[in-house]
Amino acid sequence: MSILHLVVLAPFIFAIFVPFLHKYLRHIHTGWFVFIVPVLLFSYLVQFIQPVMNGQHIHKVLPWMPSIGVSFNVYVDGLGLLFSLLITGIGALVVLYSIYYLSKEKEALNSFYVYLLMFMGAMLGVVLSDNLIVLYVFWELTSLASFLLIAYWYHREKSRYGAQKSMLITVSGGFAMLAGFVSLYLITDTFSIREIIAQAPDITGHALFLPAMLLILAGAFTKSAQFPFHIWLPDAMEAPTPVSAYLHSATMVKAGIYLVARMTPIFSGQAEWFWIISLFGIVTLFWGSFSAVKQTDLKSILAFSTVSQLGMIMCLLGLGSAAVHFGYEEGSFYSVAVVAAVFHLINHATFKGSLFMVVGIVDHETGTRDIRKLGGLMTLMPITFTLAVIGAFSMAGLPPFNGFLSKEMFFTGVLNASTLDIFNMETWTYLFPVLAWIASVFTFIYSMVLVFRTFTGQFQPEKLETKPHEAPLGMLIPPVILASLVLIIGFFPNLLSKSIIEPATASILPTLLGPENSYFKVDIYFWHGFNAELFMTMGVIGVGTLMFIGLHRWSGVYDLFPKRLALNHFYDQGLVQLERLSEKVTRIHMTGFIRDYLVYIFAFFILLLLGSLYTFNAFTYDFEHTADIGIFEVILSLVMVAGALGVVFARKRITAIISIGVVGYVLALFFVVFRAPDLALTQLVVETVSVALFLLCFYHLPVLKVEKNTVPFKLTNLIISVGVGLTVTLIALSANATRLFEPISEYFIEASYKEAGGKNMVNVILVDFRGFDTLLEILVLGIAALGVYTLVKLRLARRDEA
Amino acid sequence: MFELLIKMAAIILSVSILISTYRVFKGPTMPDRVIALDIIGINIIALVGVVSVWLSTQAFLEVILLIGILAFIGTISFSKFIERGVVIERKRD
Repeated sequence: MSILHLVVLAPFIFAIFVPFLHKYLRHIHTGWFVFIVPVLLFSYLVQFIQPVMNGQHIHKVLPWMPSIGVSFNVYVDGLGLLFSLLITGIGALVVLYSIYYLSKEKEALNSFYVYLLMFMGAMLGVVLSDNLIVLYVFWELTSLASFLLIAYWYHREKSRYGAQKSMLITVSGGFAMLAGFVSLYLITDTFSIREIIAQAPDITGHALFLPAMLLILAGAFTKSAQFPFHIWLPDAMEAPTPVSAYLHSATMVKAGIYLVARMTPIFSGQAEWFWIISLFGIVTLFWGSFSAVKQTDLKSILAFSTVSQLGMIMCLLGLGSAAVHFGYEEGSFYSVAVVAAVFHLINHATFKGSLFMVVGIVDHETGTRDIRKLGGLMTLMPITFTLAVIGAFSMAGLPPFNGFLSKEMFFTGVLNASTLDIFNMETWTYLFPVLAWIASVFTFIYSMVLVFRTFTGQFQPEKLETKPHEAPLGMLIPPVILASLVLIIGFFPNLLSKSIIEPATASILPTLLGPENSYFKVDIYFWHGFNAELFMTMGVIGVGTLMFIGLHRWSGVYDLFPKRLALNHFYDQGLVQLERLSEKVTRIHMTGFIRDYLVYIFAFFILLLLGSLYTFNAFTYDFEHTADIGIFEVILSLVMVAGALGVVFARKRITAIISIGVVGYVLALFFVVFRAPDLALTQLVVETVSVALFLLCFYHLPVLKVEKNTVPFKLTNLIISVGVGLTVTLIALSANATRLFEPISEYFIEASYKEAGGKNMVNVILVDFRGFDTLLEILVLGIAALGVYTLVKLRLARRDEA
Repeated sequence: MFELLIKMAAIILSVSILISTYRVFKGPTMPDRVIALDIIGINIIALVGVVSVWLSTQAFLEVILLIGILAFIGTISFSKFIERGVVIERKRD
């Protein structure tokens, strides 16, 4: 246990105390105590920047379940450090924001901060653990915490719907991911990511390699809301705004990105990896930005925008993985995509976090998030307006904000990708730049919608529930910090490039680094000269402006898209149909009739036993050990068969009962013939008693429902009964033919008088050699007797009537 | 010779059981069946006796006694059932 382990566990430990703080220190907002945790963690983690910059990796070991190779190992490299700084940094700002956003009196703050801390710890665990199983545990904890936070206002139906949807989608993805991890373990025999990466070049040919890749990607895509699994994210907007800002824009949805980045050293260089990630990313980018324009709710716009930006990062990671094919010199030309992904990851966390907080302020101060009711807030909320402009323009990719830089790098990445000559790239050359450009136009449009529909235009005070005014200072501080980061990174991007981006890129693409160049040379400038990327941005701005002005003329295009083809419709119908189908299947086979269940049981009995007799070629017969058959046994057998047939074909129940008696008595005679006097005695008495009981039951059948019909004939029953008889006969014959060793009865013959002092061997065995069985059979009879007595005497149902 | 006689006896008894069984199934009235069952019981007693001689063992003598008792009890209870409709009458109180 080191301090780094405590960093991961600290939020969990602190979460235990939150309810007590809430209960006993009611006059202070609980958030203030919680605020300390991320601040401390952030300031502790900052000190790792220096060693990680110099290429050092911190690795701390804590065995958890060493016998199965699971240990809680914390590993800090560039990628993990970047994410943990994001988690703790934005976490601190979100906690600060939530102090002013959530009311001390009205809200259940204790549960809110417990969930939030649980999420923070889980997320830190995801990004810092080196062990796949530990990573999975924390991964599911983030899903759980997200579920709880989305349904924070659990009395609203939409919150519960959104929580359930996100839970179902992310947990199914997480489960697929676990299967992928286990496959990786089967390939490499280790759960440690470090060791798997070390084995990476040797495992590509393994049969489980591709399934492992696909399953892990399923986990990453569901978590990171990639097309078509993005549908849970817009519904997760029912959560409180701090949660949306923290989980659903800055951290949790980037867990999938983290996973892809982390797995890149293992899987990159494969054509499948390249194509799946790039295509899913670019489609998500396009679809998210296209769908965002039609939304009328501010948080929905931001949700689809998050989907779209995540698609962009994912696409960049996919394109960047192509760099592995080339060495350092040429590879650096393509690895710019990975640098852009890391850079945009940071940028997106800053501007999207601030935009969510801005939307939360608007919601808080006006009572609505519907852009059709909002407008003209610019003069009333000048600071919020400024923040929104910075965030939205950065999102749209305008200079001088940081979004411009990452968008330029994105264009560079897709343009480079079109020059690739691997993976059959040349036939699809223009797909990536064109789709990326169109998506950027839509991004520009919804960013403008976000700002101008909310803050300019007609002020409509009659539609608002409260009188709008500027937010309190405390609520403004976190978005101000984030927006100033947007500007600082925008103007001085190289502050980050050496300290954060280069180590992170190095951990995504470790194979590209040789001994002489231990880090990537990342230089981010505003000005590259007049190149294709700049013209593309100018095109985006030009076309986007025109389309934004003429939005009402072409927005009808969204109505053309049929609602029935929407993915949400598929999801909802899928759930309904799944429920209906399973109900139908249950109804078909769970009929409630015992005869049907007996048919299943016997059919499987035949299938399994005859099947195994057939497949293992196990049927043998051997009449060497059989005794001679006398005429007496033949006659008895015939009588027995006649009795059995009498049971089956009896026209009256009484005949069947008597026939059963005949069978039982003949059996007793068989015992006589085969020299078993004790059995014969018992059998006679038992048979008499049971025939008497049958007669008793017969006599008590209700008068009205007396059916003296023959047994109705059914072909299935005939087949199954014949099958069971045949199976048992065949097995008995085979078992008789295979004598593996001598029976142990010789011992009893010798020992029953000498050791136990009895001449009746059967009785000696029953009470001496194997007395335990007898004891328990006595117990069985006792239970049966008590049961009969209880059934007859205890009549709770009729007690009221009596 | 002795063994042949024993076998003959066993076979004859078996045949008589078969014939009585026919009466059990066919027997138009309930008393017919009960009487036939009683006959079967007695025949089985004889058969067990013959078999004991055949196997030259005394182990089955209890069986003979038991069948005698059971046949008696069975016939009595059937008769009472036919006569009164119940086997064990409840106490009148």
